[in-house]
Amino acid sequence: MKTLISTSVRAAVAAAFVAVAAPASASGEGSHIERQSWTFSGPFGQYDKQQLQRGFQVYKEVCSSCHSLHLIAFRNLAEPGALGYSEDQVKALAAQYTVQDGPNDDGDMFERSAKPSDHFPAPFPNKQAAMVANGGSYPPDLSLIAKARAVERGFPWFVIDAFTQYQEQGPDYIHALLNGYEDIPEDVEIPDGKYYNTSFLGGDAIGMPPPLFEDLVEYADGSPQTVEQYSQDVSAFLMWAAEPKLEERKKIGFRVMIFLLVFANLLYFTKKKIWRNIGH
Amino acid sequence: MAGHSTYVPQSKATRWLETRLPIISLVRGSFVDFPTPKNLNYWWTFGGIAAIVLVAQIVTGVVLVMHYTGHVDMAFNSVEHIMRDVNYGWLMRYLHANGASMFFIAVYIHIFRGLYYGSYKAPREISWILGVVIFLLMMATAFMGYVLPWGQMSFWGATVITNLFTAIPLVGESITHWLWGGFAVGNPTLNRFFSLHYLLPFMILGVVMLHIWAFHTTGNNNPTGVDPKSDKDTVPFHPYYTMKDLFAIVVFLLLFAWFVFYVPNYMGHPDNYTEADPLVTPAHIVPEWYFLPFYAILRAIPDKLGGVVAMFGAIAVLFILPWLDTSRVRSATYRPVYKQFFWIFAIVCVFLGWLGSKPAEGWYVYAARICTAYYFIHFLIILALLGFFEKPKALPASINEAVLAKNGNGQPSGAAAAPETKA
Repeated sequence: MKTLISTSVRAAVAAAFVAVAAPASASGEGSHIERQSWTFSGPFGQYDKQQLQRGFQVYKEVCSSCHSLHLIAFRNLAEPGALGYSEDQVKALAAQYTVQDGPNDDGDMFERSAKPSDHFPAPFPNKQAAMVANGGSYPPDLSLIAKARAVERGFPWFVIDAFTQYQEQGPDYIHALLNGYEDIPEDVEIPDGKYYNTSFLGGDAIGMPPPLFEDLVEYADGSPQTVEQYSQDVSAFLMWAAEPKLEERKKIGFRVMIFLLVFANLLYFTKKKIWRNIGH
Repeated sequence: MAGHSTYVPQSKATRWLETRLPIISLVRGSFVDFPTPKNLNYWWTFGGIAAIVLVAQIVTGVVLVMHYTGHVDMAFNSVEHIMRDVNYGWLMRYLHANGASMFFIAVYIHIFRGLYYGSYKAPREISWILGVVIFLLMMATAFMGYVLPWGQMSFWGATVITNLFTAIPLVGESITHWLWGGFAVGNPTLNRFFSLHYLLPFMILGVVMLHIWAFHTTGNNNPTGVDPKSDKDTVPFHPYYTMKDLFAIVVFLLLFAWFVFYVPNYMGHPDNYTEADPLVTPAHIVPEWYFLPFYAILRAIPDKLGGVVAMFGAIAVLFILPWLDTSRVRSATYRPVYKQFFWIFAIVCVFLGWLGSKPAEGWYVYAARICTAYYFIHFLIILALLGFFEKPKALPASINEAVLAKNGNGQPSGAAAAPETKA
């Protein structure tokens, strides 16, 4: 035990030294992503239901005109750890959408209003249609986008992140991207139909036009109607869409950790007692 | 093994069984009465930890297969179905994905413990070689498992690694097409990887049993590297090591749970949450962290075939390690020079891992070449020469003597002198 601990301590000290020395060289890579404070970060993190509802409103009124959300069913919005809607509210919401069903007994496809079990319909019938309508760029599906995008953290941050439980690179990136539109500097060339964005992972030029403006979405709860607020809310909503079981996971996780800690302590003293008369 | 058992069947039924299949005395001889050096430190617990993680991988894997669909059009969404719709599916999948990393953490520590204490030396060569076989099977299993979710990194990782076989002269392309089951990574590839990913863990389990059989025949190595000479040097496996191992396992589970419940995607790559698209190549194709040192070696050699040979050579050299090390002293505790080289080698391996995560450009390439060269120099030259030039410290006469010297008293207490009489 002693050697194990002393070796681990030595390794940790060595890592800390490198960690202190390295940031200067590591910060050059990737664009700078400003970390936001999220209610769902940390071991006791939970979604802010009001924020998710606002974020969903932004998705519904703005993003969904180009971006699909194909892994999410309407019923998911009413599930525990989700947006806090009632089943009736979800039924009413689903009814606003039409989806294609069929074939019926006559062999025809038909349109009907959506049920809670239906998934969000996509804005375009296929990828090609989406691309041709968006200047050749494909607006990605947003179901998993909050887990599918992250700016490389570099050494030593990626080591520290494991200890600080930093898992919000995705929403931080989405927030930065939505606020990353700037005037094109003189030394940067942006092709026609593309936009300059300082946070975009794929380079300077992004196919998506700036999607958010002040007062674009009317909030019912009196939250500020700013790009900053919209981008926070929609990032949180997309994190929920990517990780709908986050609250359940962290809640169970805490119980598991407590159990294991108590169990480990009991075992430690049991082991100590068994070994008390054995030199080793 | 069974020979160590002091078991005498007490009931009629167990006597009946014992004369037909002596399985009770086999298990007792291996995991209850088995005489184990009493000075094993906590580095020795990682074998048991790895075994537990293997069992956890098999259990969660069998459950995941009940809900997974092995088809290029459905695999990605079926994993999301597990994450969203299956009861506790997210738990099974995060346990399984992080379990792979935990398995490699435990096994890497286990391997380095063997390197430090000379556990590969006579008479434990077969245990060591079987261990390397397990390591190879693990790598194949983990690689194919990573392909199954059919994300971008799954697809492109599979493409890069299977393409390595095209480097084989003359038949390389045919072999690669045969592996793919077509002319590119596609549905037949996914299906055969799925099949093999289910098969190989059971082969690992089989080799693990041989591995245990082998080192239970020779007896455990121990931190002094000196063989047990009398009953004073050993304790029965149960309860001494069952409880010590169990404690270590539960502490390890704390680490495991930390990743599963709080940072479940830390070990993964974000690109694998995007469905595979053969027309879009990711900016950087990187394997899982546990392959990075070997990936760095692969890319360090400017020639494709040379890189493949070096990468497989890095593992092949482990097979002949017992005959490369010329020193008769096992434990680094008594090898002052080897001890230094051991730590240099460990740092080089970690650094190779970091280099493997970087693009192959600029100074990274030169650093990877130097480290790759050092990796082989360590095994082929340093270990060979050290046996002749190093002056080892005096070995203790017995394990018991080493323990007494460490604890700083000349008089063993009653139980230490005769641990087998004490419950």
